[in-house]
Amino acid sequence: MSEARSTAAKWAMRIVTVAYLAVLLVIPVGLIGWRTFAGGLQPVIDALTSDDFVHALRLTVVVAVCAVVLNTVFGITVALLLVRGRFWGKRLLSAVIDLPLAVSPVVVGLALILVYGSHAPAGGWIERHGVQIIFATPGMVAATVFVSLPLVVRAIVPVLQEFGEEQEQAAHTLGASRWTTFRRITLPSIRWALAYGIVLCLARALGEYGAVAVVSGRIVGQTQTVTLYVEQEYNNFDQPGAYAAATVLALIAIVALLVTKLLRPGGRRADAERLTEMQSGREEQR
Amino acid sequence: MTSADMTAIDVRGVSKSFGATPVLHDVSVTIASGSLTALLGPSGGGKSTLLRVIAGLETPDRGSVAIAGIDATRLAPQRRNVGFVFQHYAAFKHLTVRGNVAFGLEVRKRPKAEIRRRVDELLKLVHIEQLADRYPAQLSGGQRQRMALARALAVEPEVLLLDEPFGALDAQVRRELRAWLRRLHDEVHVTTVFVTHDQEEAMDVADRIVVLAGGRVEQAGAPHEIYDHPASAFVMGFLGPVTRVGGRLVRPHDIELGPASAPDGQHATVTRVVRLGFEVRVEMSAGDHEVWAQVTRAESDALGLAVGETVTIRPRPDARTLAA
Repeated sequence: MSEARSTAAKWAMRIVTVAYLAVLLVIPVGLIGWRTFAGGLQPVIDALTSDDFVHALRLTVVVAVCAVVLNTVFGITVALLLVRGRFWGKRLLSAVIDLPLAVSPVVVGLALILVYGSHAPAGGWIERHGVQIIFATPGMVAATVFVSLPLVVRAIVPVLQEFGEEQEQAAHTLGASRWTTFRRITLPSIRWALAYGIVLCLARALGEYGAVAVVSGRIVGQTQTVTLYVEQEYNNFDQPGAYAAATVLALIAIVALLVTKLLRPGGRRADAERLTEMQSGREEQR
Repeated sequence: MTSADMTAIDVRGVSKSFGATPVLHDVSVTIASGSLTALLGPSGGGKSTLLRVIAGLETPDRGSVAIAGIDATRLAPQRRNVGFVFQHYAAFKHLTVRGNVAFGLEVRKRPKAEIRRRVDELLKLVHIEQLADRYPAQLSGGQRQRMALARALAVEPEVLLLDEPFGALDAQVRRELRAWLRRLHDEVHVTTVFVTHDQEEAMDVADRIVVLAGGRVEQAGAPHEIYDHPASAFVMGFLGPVTRVGGRLVRPHDIELGPASAPDGQHATVTRVVRLGFEVRVEMSAGDHEVWAQVTRAESDALGLAVGETVTIRPRPDARTLAA
């Protein structure tokens, strides 16, 4: 009796979950793909080879790559600081790192304009020295860096913690400098977690909309990224163009998702490593 | 020979605290070149910290460390030319055994052919040449520790420092590696300091023992010196079993038992007789306290020891005793 009820409950939960995902995720994304090719291949090719789209895609890649490089360097540095360092305000730093997850990207964009806009003291000073930040690529990179800030840090902190300091100390006693130790011992040990963080960061950077929308000024052919292009095409009733670009974004996201699945701690590779560890541990007991 | 030639490590007046917790108080130790020294003491006694101060992995609050006559107090670990072996091996997990052992030589930019030759030599020395292409995860604990030793020896260190090197291994492997370390030291002759909390291990392997407790050096000397002439009740108790007879501390094997009718000695009542192979452990009650003695089977049989019997006990005439 109770078994029958629990089986029924299990089925109900499955159906609810699947329906929920279908209504919110699978059907809408699937429809975009469907609509993209509804008018045949030619409109898609036309949309994806238009100057505006090509420019938007190129800009998106430039901004995303810059943001990923900056966040990787910064992320490794901060993660090392958080795990190895002993200093006052460490918990505060850790909390600040997570701030971009809580703050709305639009707020991030506005905040950047307040500091780096032409009429702000800092922004004005930099602009007089020939670098425009807001309504230009540097501002878009800054906005993207901000929103994807915690991803690399949070991916490698737990792995660094587990890794410990002994191997690094051993490398030091063997004559390796700090840099050599980092390059030859620390980096290879965190490489999978780092790759995971980088892919996540890249996916987030490619898909960023809110913060970039505010700081870019949405100048067509100049500061328009793919997400902004999709919105503009849609508002201009050029739906094939909007769908085609949206499909490209969705495809990139799916590829990134697949890559993270392969890299994620606890994925197949990590399991295999843990298994050999356990086996060798058992041998040790013998 | 100058004194610098004969002294490999000279630690002077080293103090170290972790936050508010003092770990080393004004510790001075000299380690002779080519010796095999044990830093022995209870856990929390400061012996590992002292070893790490020598290696440069910890900075002392006060005092100095000289290695081979050169002041190394402010020198980074990578410039001290010490080999360090960690209790949990600190194997480079992403490198093969060969890669691990070659690491120090590669960092020193030695020619490839030389590295290969030297690594082969070392792997043979520690008997893991057939495991050269395995990863640490594929080795047993004892094999990993031997790899760690080969890795430390590869750079021809001035001194070799081992932090509880056999602490994570089971008793059987431990005994094997102990004997093997002794032989290795006879072959390689590098000045070696190892940390242990096991007095038997220290007595078995080392030719000099430094007893550390509560962050201070309690005594330093040859194993038999420390065993026979302990400087304090603590050292005596730490190096071997101790019991109390007539207000003095005595080793249980230094107690002589006699029949109740014997003219001198203290009377005691046998409470338990435990036969441990060739030796017999006799537990007795002597007035207000318990005493135990270690006697041979022959002695036990001659006296016909049994629970409830009264015997006389006294330290042997040549026994070393200490005021309790």
